Amino acid sequence: MKVSCEALRQVEAICRKFNNDPGELISILHECQNTLGYLPEEVQRVIARELGIPASKVYGVVTFYSFFSMVPKGKYPVSVCLGTACYVRGSDKVLEEFKRVLGIEVGETTPDGKFSLDCLRCVGACGLAPVATIGEKVYGRLNPSDIKKIVAEFDA
Amino acid sequence: MIINSPDALESIRQEALKALSVREESNLASSTEAAGLEKGTPHMQILCCGGTGCKASESAKIVENLRESLKAHGIEDKVDVVVPGCFGFCEKGPIVKIVPDNTFYTSVRPEDAEEIVSSHIIGGNKVERLLYQDPGTGEHISDSKHMNFYRKQLRIALRNCGFINPEDIREYIARDGYKALAQSLQRDSLEVLADIKASGLRGRGGAGFPTGVKWEIARKFDAPDKYVVCNADEGDPGAFMDRSIMEGDPNSVIEAMMICGYCINAHHGLIYIRAEYPLAVHRLKVAIGQAREYGLLGNNILGTGFDFDIEIRYGAGAFVCGEETALIHSMEGKRGEPTLKPPFPAEAGYFGNPTNVNNVETLANVPVILTKGPQWFASIGTEKSKGTKVFALAGKINNVGLIEVPMGTTLREIIYDIGGGVKGGKKFKAVQTGGPSGGCLTEKHLDIPIDYESLAAAGSMMGSGGMIVMDEDDCMVSVAKFFLEFTVDESCGKCTPCRIGNRRMLEILDKITQGRGTMEDLDTLENLAKVIKDTALCGLGQTSPNPVLSTLSNFREEYEEHVRDHVCRAHKCKALLTYSIDPDLCKGCSACARGCPAEAITGEVRKPFSINSEKCIRCGMCLSRCKFGAIKVI
Repeated sequence: MKVSCEALRQVEAICRKFNNDPGELISILHECQNTLGYLPEEVQRVIARELGIPASKVYGVVTFYSFFSMVPKGKYPVSVCLGTACYVRGSDKVLEEFKRVLGIEVGETTPDGKFSLDCLRCVGACGLAPVATIGEKVYGRLNPSDIKKIVAEFDA
Repeated sequence: MIINSPDALESIRQEALKALSVREESNLASSTEAAGLEKGTPHMQILCCGGTGCKASESAKIVENLRESLKAHGIEDKVDVVVPGCFGFCEKGPIVKIVPDNTFYTSVRPEDAEEIVSSHIIGGNKVERLLYQDPGTGEHISDSKHMNFYRKQLRIALRNCGFINPEDIREYIARDGYKALAQSLQRDSLEVLADIKASGLRGRGGAGFPTGVKWEIARKFDAPDKYVVCNADEGDPGAFMDRSIMEGDPNSVIEAMMICGYCINAHHGLIYIRAEYPLAVHRLKVAIGQAREYGLLGNNILGTGFDFDIEIRYGAGAFVCGEETALIHSMEGKRGEPTLKPPFPAEAGYFGNPTNVNNVETLANVPVILTKGPQWFASIGTEKSKGTKVFALAGKINNVGLIEVPMGTTLREIIYDIGGGVKGGKKFKAVQTGGPSGGCLTEKHLDIPIDYESLAAAGSMMGSGGMIVMDEDDCMVSVAKFFLEFTVDESCGKCTPCRIGNRRMLEILDKITQGRGTMEDLDTLENLAKVIKDTALCGLGQTSPNPVLSTLSNFREEYEEHVRDHVCRAHKCKALLTYSIDPDLCKGCSACARGCPAEAITGEVRKPFSINSEKCIRCGMCLSRCKFGAIKVI
């Protein structure tokens, strides 16, 4: 996938906003991901050039933190909580069912770009365990048998 | 407006207290009589929880509906809707509280808003069906004071959560906010530091290092730029106390950071917070903005010549960044890898400058220690662990929520009195404390008074305060494997024992849950665990074998059953299960066969069916479909 020139201009602008300071790399990456949705190689190279650091440094940071992604997320990003509270209340089965219904593995996006599947550790809604989020919406007290219906809501 | 002296702060407090006093009095109210506008109550307030947990259950919509309903009845001027932080009783959320009669509504839905307004606020009749029902007696309890969940709690760090509007600094000031700062700035900083030492406060992030001593060490290193860092990178899955404090009482953290700055002679504050906590970030930003507006952050604070300001830095999802050297590297824009100590951050931290790192809950205790005095704080708790601890109670327990109890409370009191016992009447098996660095404790540990030392002696740790209850349906080998998967995922990869050792341990555990383990594996596991504990570089690696070691010592027979008998008594390890149909109970209805995704069940209608164990994928579908209890699992 090619990143548009306009997007790369935006990346440069973000770097300049932070005075091209390498100490602000993580803040810059956050803002670039917020703007573009993901951090592909071209974007990382532009950031490296702007900040005057090796591209390997930028890549090292991007891949270290789970919050950053090098692939675009689906229109409806699904995240299943695998925190301890959700785990003991059966979130592993919920995750399996999402994989089955969506036909993708964790970290992948459906071919139509609609859904992506990820795990997360604790959204802090342990009272509702097991929990999954789709976009901003939180689904609590999930049963594997609910998943098909929930996905269908978004598929319509 | 700028508050430029302690006296100016006091006059604002008096002013702000007027609006808050009705809520203060309501907290003391014990009358069961409902207030209502038609009964002549002049002014009422509705508090609706705005914490992340309740927001996930549409509490924002409840607030919207309440406001609309008040407007429709033309009483929006007489009734305030306030959105405070977490009340703690997440199991029963969203929570709505009515002032001045202190009614505590639970599990409120957006569609209940109209009834609350018309029946209670206007008519003065409580909405019975939304009151908490005691599971033991079945009795409706209308105020939180009389609920078992709250009765044994003592809220110090959470004192303002669920009470004040966190986005209004005046409400914090009304509750003696910034008073400790004002008093401190008029005293010698060494005296203030001595008070923190005398209180016996210890770090609430896990290790329990005495906070006063930490400050004293940081004070010794002189430099033009020194930093006070608040560690808000709460990474333990299942622990959410720091988030709740930042969402419910952000100013307490800001005030404490300034007091710390005054004590150690630092003028810069940094809050390192997880990007996964958008609401906490928002509330902190609002609080910092308001503190600047009032002159409580910036130069010449309260006219005393003390300068201090705070910036926010974001984490990006790495558990190891809770370790202070890793956290500092992350704030510098690098990979969050830990480095060997010494040098400690107190000597060379953020960009080589002296840095003091404290956790959110630790800081939240500081202002109140200074206003109420170190002796008061030291009178609470056990000999070596003073004050209270906040725990996130979750898992197989009736009352999931955020609780705060004096140190020395027993696990039994927490699980059975506050937590209401194990969910679904199942048998208690273990309680996991300290997250991925902690251990699983059993029935025999239930009466230990909890403090840093006693938990460590029992093979677990205080950690940040996650507390997960497990019942007879949980397999302890799988639980150990779950935690190790987490550590392997989160290991930064810098040191060999953690990077490779934990992966080898995980492989052995996987083998055991697949039924391919040997008795030697158990010894290898134990040896490996001890080596990792002794040789890993940072706290994450050194504590990562704890879940394995504690389950091995407390539940060894379960490991042995997996290895020797190929049996998982909790029926969790799929590879060890065999499904069969009891021909005496089977009615031949074919429900199981129709539901089986692997077509492993065959038979003739009205005659007993049977399962082909080679085709069976052990999904348990037949078990859930059989109405006659004919499916057996061993």
